[in-house]
Amino acid sequence: MTTLTARDKPASFQELILRLQAYWAGKGCAILQPYDMEVGAGTLHPATVLRALGPKDWRAAYVQPSRRPGDARYGENPNRLGHYYQFQVILKPNPADLQDLYLNSLYEIGIDPMVHDIRFVEDDWENPTVGAWGLGWEVWCDGMEVSQYTYFQQVGGLDVFPVSGELTYGLERLAMYVFGVDNVYNLPFNAPDSETPLSYGDVFLQNEIEQSAFNFELADVEMLHKWFEGCERQSTTLREAGKPLPAYDFALKASHVFNLIDARGAISPTERQAFIARVRDLARGAAEKWAEQEEARAS
Amino acid sequence: MAELLLELFSEEIPARMQAKAEADLKAALEKGLSEAGVGYERVVTLSGPRRLTVCVEGLPLKSADVSEEKKGPKVGAPEKAVEGFMRGAGLSSIDEAEVRSDPKKGDFYVAVREIPGRALEDIIAELVPDIVRGFHWPKSMRWGRGELRWVRPLQRILCVFDGKTVDFGIDGLKSGNLTEGHRIMGRGPFEVASFDEYCAVLEGDGCVVLNRQDRRLLIEEQAHKVCLEAGLELVEDKGLLEEVTGLAEWPVVLLGKMDEAFLSLPPEVIQLSMRTHQKYFAVRDPKTGELAPNFVVVANVEASDGGEAIAAGNSRVLSARLDDARFFWDNDRGTPLEEMAKKLSTIDFKKELGSVADKVDRVAALARELAPKVGADPDVAERAARLDKADLVSGMVGEFPELQGVMGGYYAREQGEDTAVATAIAEHYKPVGPSDDVPSEPVSIAVALADKLDTLVGFWAIDEKPTGSKDPFALRRAALGVVRLVLENGVRLDLRSLTSDTVLAMAFGRVFNTALYLAYEKRDAAWAATLENRFFSAEGNPVLSAKDVEEMWADEAYDPLRGKLYNLDVRDAPHQFIERQGGVLGSLAEFFIDRLKQYLRDSGARYDLIDAVFALGEDDLVLIVKRVEALAAFLETEDGANLLAGYKRAANILKAEEKKDGKAHDGAPDPARFELDEERALHAAITGSVTAAEAALAQEDFEKAMSALSTLRAPVDAFFDAVTVNAESEGLRQNRLFILNSIRDALHRVADFSKVSATPV
Repeated sequence: MTTLTARDKPASFQELILRLQAYWAGKGCAILQPYDMEVGAGTLHPATVLRALGPKDWRAAYVQPSRRPGDARYGENPNRLGHYYQFQVILKPNPADLQDLYLNSLYEIGIDPMVHDIRFVEDDWENPTVGAWGLGWEVWCDGMEVSQYTYFQQVGGLDVFPVSGELTYGLERLAMYVFGVDNVYNLPFNAPDSETPLSYGDVFLQNEIEQSAFNFELADVEMLHKWFEGCERQSTTLREAGKPLPAYDFALKASHVFNLIDARGAISPTERQAFIARVRDLARGAAEKWAEQEEARAS
Repeated sequence: MAELLLELFSEEIPARMQAKAEADLKAALEKGLSEAGVGYERVVTLSGPRRLTVCVEGLPLKSADVSEEKKGPKVGAPEKAVEGFMRGAGLSSIDEAEVRSDPKKGDFYVAVREIPGRALEDIIAELVPDIVRGFHWPKSMRWGRGELRWVRPLQRILCVFDGKTVDFGIDGLKSGNLTEGHRIMGRGPFEVASFDEYCAVLEGDGCVVLNRQDRRLLIEEQAHKVCLEAGLELVEDKGLLEEVTGLAEWPVVLLGKMDEAFLSLPPEVIQLSMRTHQKYFAVRDPKTGELAPNFVVVANVEASDGGEAIAAGNSRVLSARLDDARFFWDNDRGTPLEEMAKKLSTIDFKKELGSVADKVDRVAALARELAPKVGADPDVAERAARLDKADLVSGMVGEFPELQGVMGGYYAREQGEDTAVATAIAEHYKPVGPSDDVPSEPVSIAVALADKLDTLVGFWAIDEKPTGSKDPFALRRAALGVVRLVLENGVRLDLRSLTSDTVLAMAFGRVFNTALYLAYEKRDAAWAATLENRFFSAEGNPVLSAKDVEEMWADEAYDPLRGKLYNLDVRDAPHQFIERQGGVLGSLAEFFIDRLKQYLRDSGARYDLIDAVFALGEDDLVLIVKRVEALAAFLETEDGANLLAGYKRAANILKAEEKKDGKAHDGAPDPARFELDEERALHAAITGSVTAAEAALAQEDFEKAMSALSTLRAPVDAFFDAVTVNAESEGLRQNRLFILNSIRDALHRVADFSKVSATPV
């Protein structure tokens, strides 16, 4: 049930993360660590996209650094980043009171429901790359999208059963909201009264600047094209060898390489569609194989 | 009499689906009750972000008893027939059937089954699960381990009949008598025994405004109020109002502020950013009419701080959004439109019709040709057409596709283009709907027409016309746009007769070339043959096969760029391509005529007269409408109505006699054979009025032409009174039929009156 009371604000960005982890740990989630590969969204972590498939129950939560080369802005835009964090929760099957659990997680990080306007606004999530879609909402807090809330219906082009509930918190945005900060780089990363107070900018600004230069100016497109083909071949052979987990890894690598090529503006819309289709075939292929094997292991 | 209260309480239902679902639920319940033979007095429905509610008043406690009869065979019929009857009627002995007597048939069996009425709660307990399981949502989902589909997880089913819970379960979800209120302000749950109680508790402690209409009005009133208090004016937006009505159970309207510096952005950008991303209403300063640095947001909670934090939070989000928009605005303005236009070659317009850059090339040529017809400078029209799609690759249009054209107009102005060019770019998609403004600047007209005509001609060329309700490329809208551009600006455009110098023939030549060239590029000989045959097949021309095309391509002399030169081909060879009136272009002309009818019907004119005018071969839309207007006015006069009657009489006689004689009586009468004064008078009147009508028609003065013909009324009436057409003498009869023919001919100068009905359609 709704507690209707919010805790005090966390003191820092990291405390906000820690509170979310503690909260979801309390709800029986395995607290995982980030996947050790470049991904464009927390959903793509195998702990979500692959575990949503198959008959076994599953609950996990984790922070996932996400890289979107095209969104990088040389550290100059106060709201856009090429590298940022998502907090991802998956509960399979979704509990009947998931909306309440979710709202309580907001109260946990200091959002007072009597002062703020929290809404569930239709937004059907879709990720064609992994052949996944679901119905749900963007959750708005005073007009700010703070989370994506989805009931998965298909992954890898396959109907899922049981249905997973998936929550994605955009951590920087949420933190900016909670702390009333207009520039992401001014977020307190650790507690401002600690011995070495660090801002988000202290930790990540230089990275944004240099990575932006890589994404937009210095990425070696020819090399990336070769990489892409290499990843594609490797993923295919792994899948054919019945090893969907590494096959999926190489699909993720191909996807990131494609994002880098795309950020360099080196492909036409038509080619772009073709690339997306190739990545989709890899990711779907791996997902299908995984689902098939999970089904076999469960029976 | 009893009351049924049903509430389907779920997680948030998308705003756009609520009203339809409310109506569907009502219809399903009404249908179910009537199929169960249950009457009722009144059905009330409600809907909101988390619930669909129906209350049926005036229900009986049980359905009526029904006696069902089944006729059987005659008494003494073969055993097989009797057995079959017993099986069908579920009788264990034939003694259970009644025996009835019929004076003709004699005695026969009747099985009478008394079906007692059922308790209404039993009917409801079956009906509601059926409705829920069979309910149609535009998109539905499953959740947890369940099989049921609903728009979002269904949380509660409140079902109370006559004060008591109707028990049933759907996929593990049990019905009950509990409802929930506003998630934060009055959640409950609340126990409910009647509709009155339901409304009272939810609208009271539950903090839910249940009725859509109430919520809409509340929002509207509050929005005007907060604006007025600040000396501002709300920019009304019906669509947005409907949407926010579906997003709040307890609407609280707040006025927010934004940084004034953002007002330097185009107002369309600000408004769209507010509307699509944030669902805010824009606000303007009533003194200047310009946007004010404010917005109106509808919250779903009465916050303990009076909404301060909510307004401030929303304002911060809007700033971030507009910051983004400003990034695109600044960035886009750093790239000239010509540069952007270069990237259009990478975007497909339509696979068979090439890229957007190909389309731009065609539209530029077409706009040039149209320019003199609309009083525009061809160079300026071509310039506008060359830049009109460039903004499709801009950052801003990438973010807000709705701003296509509008942004191009701004960027053109910023880079110092001629005002006419900038305006034409901004307006070239217009009119986008029947109520949208029609461009009236000459250059805008030329480009807007060229853009739409190229699209239409292109889809006709590849034979992808709208069918039934399917019109994925909005071709009807494009054609209606052409009709409105032409009529509202008085543009004289020949739609049908394809002489070699008409713009449409040229446009066809160009799309055909693109298509043929693309077929060559892809080595799709079968498609190329289809295209060739569609355009050039006519009597005497060979029908090409894919193999023929392959041979053509294999020929060293074949020039794949033949397409580029094709304009000349069309001009130099006005062959079959141009004469095929009944073919591709004929069908496009008819499509325009259908849109014209729709347009006239919408504006309240007599669209049935169009056929009468179109049948004459008139294919200039402006002239068609002028003729129709004159004709409608003429038919409303007494002379006109009588003359129409006279025409019909003449035409009917001719038709009958022509059928009888097996030949047309379409000659001219011989004055030497006239016997009666009435014949002479009519002949003289026809000769005179035709001459006068022809002169008036030459000046496109249709009223004058009609009034010249209206002088025929008296002599026509006199002719029919005094003259017997079917005279005994064959020569006399023939001559009189020729007189009738001359009446018909005279009137056909202005319209085919055989297609005119006496009473307006």
